[in-house]
Amino acid sequence: MAESDTDKNAPLLDVRDLHVSVGETDILKGIDLTVSVGEVHAIMGPNGSGKSTLASVLAGRPEFTVTHGKVLYGGQNLLAMLPEERAREGIFLAFQYPVELAGVRTWQFLRASVDAVRRHRGLKELSIREFDKLLDEKREVVKIDPEMLKRSVNEGFSGGEKKRNEVLQMAMLDPTLAVLDETDSGLDIDALKIVAEGVDRFRSPSKAIILVTHYQRILNYISPDRVHVLMDGRIVRSGDRELALELEKKGYDWIRESVAA
Amino acid sequence: MTEQRVISRKTGVEDTDYKWGFELDIESDIAPRGLNEDIVRLISAKKREPEWMLEWRLKAYRHWLKLGSEEPKWANVKFPPIDYQDMIYYAAPRSQADGPKSLDEIDPEILEGFNKLGIPLEEQKKLSGVAVDAVLDSVSVATTYQEMLKKVGVIFCSMSEAVKNHPELVQKYIGSVVPYSDNFYATLNSAVFSDGSFCYVPPGVRCPIELMTYFRINEMDTGQFERTLIIADKGSYVSYLEGCTAPMRKTHQLHAAVVELVALDDAEIKYSTLQNWYPGDKDGNGGVYNFVTKRGKAQGRGSKISWTQVETGSAITWKYPSVILQGDDSVGEFYSVALVNNHQQADTGTKMTHIGKNTRSTIIAKGISAGKANNTYRGQVKIMPTANGARNFTQCDSLLIGDECGAHTVPYIEVRNPTAQLEHEATTSKVSDDQLFYLQQRGLSLEESNYMIINGFCRGIFKELPFEFAAEASQLMRVSLEGTVG
Amino acid sequence: MTQAPAKNQSYRSDFRTAEQATDSPAWLRDVRAEAMARFEELGFPTARKGNEKWKYTNVAPIARSEFGFDPKRDLNGLNADSLTVAVPWHETWHRLVFVDGVFAKDLSSRPEAANGVRVSSLAEALVSDNGAVQEHLAKHALFEDDGFAALNTAFVRDGAYVRVTSNVTLETPIHLVFVSTGRAEPTVSYPRVLLVAEAGSRATVIESYVALGDGEYFNDAVSETVLGEGAEIEHYRLQAEGESAFHVGTARVVQAEGSNYSSSAFFKGSSLGRYDLSVLLDGPGSTCRLNGLYMTSGSQHQDNNINIEHAKPHTTSRLYYKGILDGKSRAVFGGTVLVRKEAQKTDALQSDKNLVLSPDAEVDSKPALFIYADDVKCGHGATAGNIDLDTVFYMRSRGLDVDAASRLLIYGFARESIDTVREQHLKSYLESLFLESLPKYRFEF
Repeated sequence: MAESDTDKNAPLLDVRDLHVSVGETDILKGIDLTVSVGEVHAIMGPNGSGKSTLASVLAGRPEFTVTHGKVLYGGQNLLAMLPEERAREGIFLAFQYPVELAGVRTWQFLRASVDAVRRHRGLKELSIREFDKLLDEKREVVKIDPEMLKRSVNEGFSGGEKKRNEVLQMAMLDPTLAVLDETDSGLDIDALKIVAEGVDRFRSPSKAIILVTHYQRILNYISPDRVHVLMDGRIVRSGDRELALELEKKGYDWIRESVAA
Repeated sequence: MTEQRVISRKTGVEDTDYKWGFELDIESDIAPRGLNEDIVRLISAKKREPEWMLEWRLKAYRHWLKLGSEEPKWANVKFPPIDYQDMIYYAAPRSQADGPKSLDEIDPEILEGFNKLGIPLEEQKKLSGVAVDAVLDSVSVATTYQEMLKKVGVIFCSMSEAVKNHPELVQKYIGSVVPYSDNFYATLNSAVFSDGSFCYVPPGVRCPIELMTYFRINEMDTGQFERTLIIADKGSYVSYLEGCTAPMRKTHQLHAAVVELVALDDAEIKYSTLQNWYPGDKDGNGGVYNFVTKRGKAQGRGSKISWTQVETGSAITWKYPSVILQGDDSVGEFYSVALVNNHQQADTGTKMTHIGKNTRSTIIAKGISAGKANNTYRGQVKIMPTANGARNFTQCDSLLIGDECGAHTVPYIEVRNPTAQLEHEATTSKVSDDQLFYLQQRGLSLEESNYMIINGFCRGIFKELPFEFAAEASQLMRVSLEGTVG
Repeated sequence: MTQAPAKNQSYRSDFRTAEQATDSPAWLRDVRAEAMARFEELGFPTARKGNEKWKYTNVAPIARSEFGFDPKRDLNGLNADSLTVAVPWHETWHRLVFVDGVFAKDLSSRPEAANGVRVSSLAEALVSDNGAVQEHLAKHALFEDDGFAALNTAFVRDGAYVRVTSNVTLETPIHLVFVSTGRAEPTVSYPRVLLVAEAGSRATVIESYVALGDGEYFNDAVSETVLGEGAEIEHYRLQAEGESAFHVGTARVVQAEGSNYSSSAFFKGSSLGRYDLSVLLDGPGSTCRLNGLYMTSGSQHQDNNINIEHAKPHTTSRLYYKGILDGKSRAVFGGTVLVRKEAQKTDALQSDKNLVLSPDAEVDSKPALFIYADDVKCGHGATAGNIDLDTVFYMRSRGLDVDAASRLLIYGFARESIDTVREQHLKSYLESLFLESLPKYRFEF
């Protein structure tokens, strides 16, 4: 991340009373969330609660409108930044539904992205040899076959391959804040382990992770520092690891009732 | 709501496949055969039209003469030359020569005829929730619910009445969407159109009931040339239904109608058709030539025009309900089921012309071919240079039943704007043996299984129809396919 | 039919001159005479009266021009060196070179006639292999209702001839080169190709139309390709004509049982171009794969009319055409897939995708299906216009700006077609021809 003259102890991400709508519909209705480096936050919630919207808004998806509130990232106003600026500043979104890019080879795409990010961070562009070496190292973690890198991005990839490709991109772009939007969904247990391993390696005292998930299953592999439950556009409860386990045992209805009570 | 089988209702003539084939025994006022300037003047005089209306008809007639016999040639249909001089251009029940009267004065034979079709016109029996304009041959015989509509300011009457009572509206809008010079059949219609329905919905009014026109050809050798004009003023909404049947005749009959729709700012028009003209017999004798021009202009910002059609009748169908998307953010939709059997031919589809910014159109067309019939979807999507951000999605699916029929898809995609996005998809399939076996294994007969699959194939379209019409449409499909599946 | 009289005068006198100048077998003279008579009746096509095949293309610029014709042109200074620069090139390829329509023996390099494989000029074949030529020439590219095919056939006396005998695999690609040198006066040429792949044979054929100058000329080309049982042809066609050129290519392919025809066609250049390809799947189990990439700019007009007829059961066709349009150019795609009643179990897919990159460009796409058999799997798709929002957001979220994302996407779009080329030297040539000259465009959101 670029240096800024803000307080070194300030959180990496500071979301304050965030309201978001798409068209006429309000989706997020006042989110407060603080994430510091070294932390892993899990955001859980039933379908339609607004989890994916929160993830997309952080990455700057254009069809969402922020109607109220603010988001500070490293002390800067995140909402004023273009999607590519956010990426270069170190925000990475692993998409729930990764997009297919016809004719654009995975290798070529990764190279263009890594170059763009490195240029922005004042690092020199990697030579082909350096790039390939880095790529070899990273792809082995997520068990991506080198042949796959010659194919068009995500085209004809299985669900699991797409998710692993997202984790590979994360590893290559070396972000500060990784937002993983249901990266665990639709994976069998082996694929889940591979993805979790990739994410766990990424974990470090200088980085933060937000895991958006419906199930607590992935948290068995990546232990979160904080768990937040999102319902109807609001965080209705926050807690530690225990909250996720309790949620698994009792289901979302339990929270719904206890919130209503 | 028990009496809702409007178009597909069986009428007692049980020994034929076409249950609406009876003939009314009424005295008619019939013009001499053939077409010339005198006939045009005669029609206009019969209807006691103002001078401007006659002038417009004559302009159309003179233009038609210039066209020679240049009928459109691009459609995938075949028919012997039509002798336009051997046709009758005006026929009206004698008792109705002056147009619709109060219900007490309608010829009881006519009332009984419409009763048999499932369209009771009498006050106490009339269909609930649907206002009906009943058109017999060249004239409108009755319009129900007029008083109620008047209260909310909706004008719904026959075209003849509209010319007399609302000339300013007719003069402003007639030919504004389909000009008299549009195409061969529309030009002919403009010269000799007899009657049809007129509807005007004032600003901000949501028409409280469905409006319906029921067209019935009765006389032999007459052409039917009705003309319908619907105007939805700013912020208004109207849902309009159209049904049609004809007696069984050994000779072909020509139906060349024109429908014009105009939607102003934020207005919405939903136009549904169940077309069940006589399709001819199993060997292709007789049947209606249905050569129709239907077009809507989504003129105002945010306006919407939606066409839904279920086409099962006619020997030949040539029809392309279209939308000109002129207003910014306007929407056009076309949902169609076209079913052909025996020797029927259908060449039908739509035209979406995107002019305004961020205009959107959707086309979903389902074609079913059986017997020796041919079914063609022909649709044009045109994006003009002004239509920034225009979107179109088109899906055409064809189902073939038997190996003597044909299913054809002919899209025309014309794009002149780099910000537009268009997508066209089409598939062709048959009812698979696996599907049939699965249903039979669950206890359904082969015939039932087929209907269920075909019905499923059309479901997306049926759900666009007003509730009362949906069951009707499904029934109509079944009757039209009788004996071909299972 | 639906065609209008053209300025036939000069074509008629050209015809007389040519007939006097050269000798041919009697049967061929008859074919030419018949074709000339037919052309005089038909003239050039127009879009009038519901002629759907020419709905979007007006050939008046060809019909009203006067082109010079000379069946014995010189090389106009062309030598082997200038040729290697102008066309896709590899030393090992067999080569038949035609300069402004005339066979250039010295620039050609032909394999030894081994195993009965023949790669020669058509004129030579009329002497050495007359029987086979007579069996196929003008038997597939019918001119009954096609003015351009009729005109070409009226002048057929030379061209490229390839016959691969049964069960022979020809490893080396055969390159048919048609060079236009751009003479001072507008000229017309009538390139002609006859390609016969007998049962079980295999060959790779590259057909190139390239220009050295930017003068005005008209290429009226016809090719006929016949595949015997189980034959396989890999075909590449490059239409890189001059900026002021007119090119009308008519190609007919007939396939017997179990044969396999795969073709990739590339279009760049020419002010008015038309490629009219018809494939007849006339044997059970035959397959064709047709790829195409057209890139238009300036005021170019390119029309591709691709027709596939499934006449027998278990036949398969794949058609993928793509276009990139810039400037004030216009591209037309007309494709029909016809499935005959007998052709049960047909599997057909047809797709035309377009990127329109300029507000002044226009694309007209008409991918039609005509189906008369019920147990078939047929589908088609067409897209035109822009890239969707999700795609660009995905790329931006990886740090690429809109310009970079646009460049990558256009590049990827074109590359998909070029990737179908298996002949590496040709592929590199196409990559530099297309990928290095992609239009600059920024998708807007």
